[in-house]
Amino acid sequence: MLVSYKWLQDYVDLQGFSPEELAERITNAGIEVEHISYPGKGLKGIVIGKVLTCEPHPDSDHLHVCQVDLGSETVQIVCGAPNVAAGQKVPVATNGARIAGNVKIRRSKFRGVESNGMLCALSELGVDKSLAPYEDGIYVFDDEVPVGEDALPYLNLDDAILDLDILVSSAHCMNMIGVAYEVSAILDRPIQLKTPVVNELDQAADEKVSISVEASDKVPYYGARLMTGIEVAPSPRWIQLRLIAAGVRPISNVVDISNYVMLEYGQPLHTFDYDTFGSDHVLVRYAGENEEITTLDGQKRTLTPEDLLITNGKKGVAVAGVMGGENTEVSDATKTVLLEAAIFDSLTVRKTASRLQLRSEASSRYEKGLDRNRVALAADRAAELLSLYAHATVLKGIVESGDRTVPDQIITMPWQKINKVLGSDLTCEQITGILKRLNFAVDVENDVMHVTVPTRRFDVTIPEDLVEEVGRVYGYNHIPATLPEGTSSHAALTPYQKIRRRTEVLMESIGLSQVYTYSLTEKESASSYVVHDKGLEPTQVIWPMSEEHAALRQSIVPQLINVVQYHLNRQMPDVKFYEIGKVFLPVDGEARPAEEEHLAGVISGHRKERNWEGEPLAVDFFSVKGILETLFDTLAVSDRIDYRASRRTGMHPGQTADVLLDGEVIGYLGALHPKVQKDSGLNESFVFEVAIESLLRNGEAAIDYHVLPRFPSTTRDIALVVKRTVAAADLYRVIRENGSQLLKSVNLFDVYEGSHVADDEKSMAFSLVYFDPERTLTDDEVNAVHEKIVNACAEQLGAELRG
Amino acid sequence: MLKEKLLELREQAIENIGSADGLKALQDVHVRFLGKKGPITEVLKGMGKLSAEERPVVGQLANEVRKMIAAKIEEKKADLEAKLLEMKLESEKIDVTLPGRKTVTGNHHLLGSIIREVEDLFIGLGFSIEEGPEVEQDYYNFEALNLPKDHPARDMQDSFYITDEILMRTHTSPVQAHTLEKHKGVGPVKVICPGKVYRRDNDDATHSHQFMQIEGLYVDHNVRLSDLKGILTVFAKHMFGADREIRLRPSFFPFTEPSVEMDISCFRCGGHGCNVCKGTGWIEILGAGMVHPNVLRMSGFDPSEYTGFAFGMGPERIAMLKYGIEDIRNFYTDDIRFLKQFNRA
Repeated sequence: MLVSYKWLQDYVDLQGFSPEELAERITNAGIEVEHISYPGKGLKGIVIGKVLTCEPHPDSDHLHVCQVDLGSETVQIVCGAPNVAAGQKVPVATNGARIAGNVKIRRSKFRGVESNGMLCALSELGVDKSLAPYEDGIYVFDDEVPVGEDALPYLNLDDAILDLDILVSSAHCMNMIGVAYEVSAILDRPIQLKTPVVNELDQAADEKVSISVEASDKVPYYGARLMTGIEVAPSPRWIQLRLIAAGVRPISNVVDISNYVMLEYGQPLHTFDYDTFGSDHVLVRYAGENEEITTLDGQKRTLTPEDLLITNGKKGVAVAGVMGGENTEVSDATKTVLLEAAIFDSLTVRKTASRLQLRSEASSRYEKGLDRNRVALAADRAAELLSLYAHATVLKGIVESGDRTVPDQIITMPWQKINKVLGSDLTCEQITGILKRLNFAVDVENDVMHVTVPTRRFDVTIPEDLVEEVGRVYGYNHIPATLPEGTSSHAALTPYQKIRRRTEVLMESIGLSQVYTYSLTEKESASSYVVHDKGLEPTQVIWPMSEEHAALRQSIVPQLINVVQYHLNRQMPDVKFYEIGKVFLPVDGEARPAEEEHLAGVISGHRKERNWEGEPLAVDFFSVKGILETLFDTLAVSDRIDYRASRRTGMHPGQTADVLLDGEVIGYLGALHPKVQKDSGLNESFVFEVAIESLLRNGEAAIDYHVLPRFPSTTRDIALVVKRTVAAADLYRVIRENGSQLLKSVNLFDVYEGSHVADDEKSMAFSLVYFDPERTLTDDEVNAVHEKIVNACAEQLGAELRG
Repeated sequence: MLKEKLLELREQAIENIGSADGLKALQDVHVRFLGKKGPITEVLKGMGKLSAEERPVVGQLANEVRKMIAAKIEEKKADLEAKLLEMKLESEKIDVTLPGRKTVTGNHHLLGSIIREVEDLFIGLGFSIEEGPEVEQDYYNFEALNLPKDHPARDMQDSFYITDEILMRTHTSPVQAHTLEKHKGVGPVKVICPGKVYRRDNDDATHSHQFMQIEGLYVDHNVRLSDLKGILTVFAKHMFGADREIRLRPSFFPFTEPSVEMDISCFRCGGHGCNVCKGTGWIEILGAGMVHPNVLRMSGFDPSEYTGFAFGMGPERIAMLKYGIEDIRNFYTDDIRFLKQFNRA
């Protein structure tokens, strides 16, 4: 909402408050002034001049040579405007003046003829071209203005325009009177409003026109005034300039006045050319299915039974609250005007405007709400202005259907509630004083106050709204800052939150950087690298902004691959990333996916950079596995974890493993498939993803303390030759199963394949530690267990001791 | 006679010790003078020929000479060893300016750091951390927050709907509603809710279809707007510096009444006006307000008994303001050169 500082002074005395100060006060009271613009900023030396003579330029077919009276002197000015003529009063940029764009006007010669200034169009004085009423030509004053005086005040170019950001809660400020009420309360200065005076004929309008409303639930009030003898012409300067200030282009007196009243009262009005109306009856009804109407903009619109249509009984003449019909549009020839002032259901207007993509000043006011009690006043104001500026003769009365007025709302509440909610210490007088400044009537009865809220403040309906009204006018800056006095409570991270943080710290300390990627991705990538792929379609949004963000990811890995690719494209091949975030797993038969928090990581490039000590080392499967093992050690779940070779789409078939917790697959790790790497132009990259939420859901196991050992342990090494097909995990398992209580740890320290063993064999060397907390073990005791292990490995896995 | 011999031996020994240039040579001196077949032993063997008066005198002298030579040898030995060590150390000298074998650590994401900092602050103030689903029911995302289906502040076009009733949450406020419901009408409820939210926007320098939010909620008997002001003051000073001031401006959110926006005094210019605060001296940080009675009621709290405040902030905005980050997409592009700069954040 653009608010003219000069216009506002019609209603409230602003003396002592500059536009900036006013803006700050308004903003602090809750209606943000987004910025202030000064339409005349930078203009200098613009005076009112009178064109005395206007002769064609001897050497030009379009220039004119004018003698212009500037009050103190008469100067010669060459003017190229097609509309220049003797007798006009016009804004003149004198020698040395500055016009829009900081252009300086200097004495010059046009084809040999001297020119001492410039006659100005409004756009040359900074008025937006789309708002200037005369597109090709200089501005001509249409009334008595004093020659020689500064032109800016006469063009409202000494004004300041406040741009108010209107939220749902401040819809009452979508008009000048509403802003005036607000400013009156904020500045604690009285508001001055004039009641429109309409000189009516004796002849009653309802003798000439009748109204019926079929959709009365959506049209609580429909009123119309009938006016004859209209002469369509440009509206007076003051109306035009105020419209321009409000960002509305002046068109003609009839249209301008209906717009002006809307800006002033907030009530959208519509004017029909009654001579083309086609009947003497206005019928407001729902549109028929696919009913068509051509609107003012020349577009054919197809309506639905949800749209409200103004008709002449047969065919549509306006889409209610949205736009008038072309068939009854006011033209230069219009003589009789039917002026509509109606209340339409906001939601209905909103839906129609949004479906037709026809949001206008009028529809947005209907959408946000109107003052029910201002509708007839607005009709009167328009009639008053039309008689003054369009020669209108007004027939008596407003023809109407529905209730013109509705009662004000009364809110009853303990006045102390205001202090209780705000934490303030206001007296009853202060509170009622503020409410009265807002023009609310207050009646105090002991502890309780009854507040009468005028209908223009339709946003105020409950006691909490009054708390806000008092708070914002009093000023939140005057309310103290306190700390809560309520129940004291303690708080801590949940076990899961704690472990998740520790996981983050661990990942970072072993070199992975945290990333956040998007949950919404391409449909195809949303279905890749899923830990448990059930073959269901990924969850998709109805209206994606782009195919890139259309479906919910089921795995983080594809996004991490993108991050690696991004870095590779920028010459950063050695990267390690991890992300902890939700994946969205479709559930059969349900629209809503299950959400699971996963940890995923990727490493690519080198784990040891090339440096002065030697050559770089590339990352490999065991680098990525080591990351997970370190994590599982840290979380004390390693004993419950197994790895099992697996085949997964997009992964290297020989270098991929599932991660199992207590026998259930919770994730995977491995090398990306070489084909994927080639397609994405990646180096060898390794990924992992684990359902960390299921891993950590129950928090951590309790810490089980053991007394420090008092007896030494015994270490034995063992080298076993097995077939290459035997997995390390099998040997670990057999060794552990046969190691009795005494075997404390097993560590694989060598794997050998080569000339010293058969082609299909390998040697694996383990270091076994035996220990008894109660005593020192004898050689015989250790030998017995050790032998049992060797025998079991031989029997179960065909392992031979390497000599 | 023997006496002179001993004194002479002593002189010889001292000379030999002095000229020994290594441990081996010194060992030879030791063997030569103090060995079982050495000259002092020989002298002692010849003591039988001495008179009873001379014998103790020479005996004592011989012991003294022996002790003295041994001490000199020890002294020399320590000296030689020290020299040797010095030489060894000299030979072990390295270029200490060569780079060390450091462990390259990863970086914590700036948004993660901001969220963690806010979480820690509020845990200290007695707020627990609640999390909720990112795919929400329309009811929790809107209706339970006093945004009925036809509310003008609601636009299907602004949200990622999955069905008419299911959508990507557009704010973390639904966690409020869930949390209140869980407490079944009994306060206090004191939580903050960080998480990802989604809006149907085109990504550009200032818009992201996915971003973070942190919601705060405190419902109890007698919670006041002044308490909100107090808590937010603590927050502002903690995050932006101890000399920050805050101001509350009235605003509008459907789920709070009254609603406010919190500005902080500009941390760049201290309030005099600069390009960070666009000359106003104040920077808008977050939205807040007193929980709307409808919200309390819908989630099972009696608004005549309970009041509460809620606030919501954007970690991206905080980070962008604090560090002058120009493009919100940086947070999701995850360029390591960006991430690295905020490892200490």
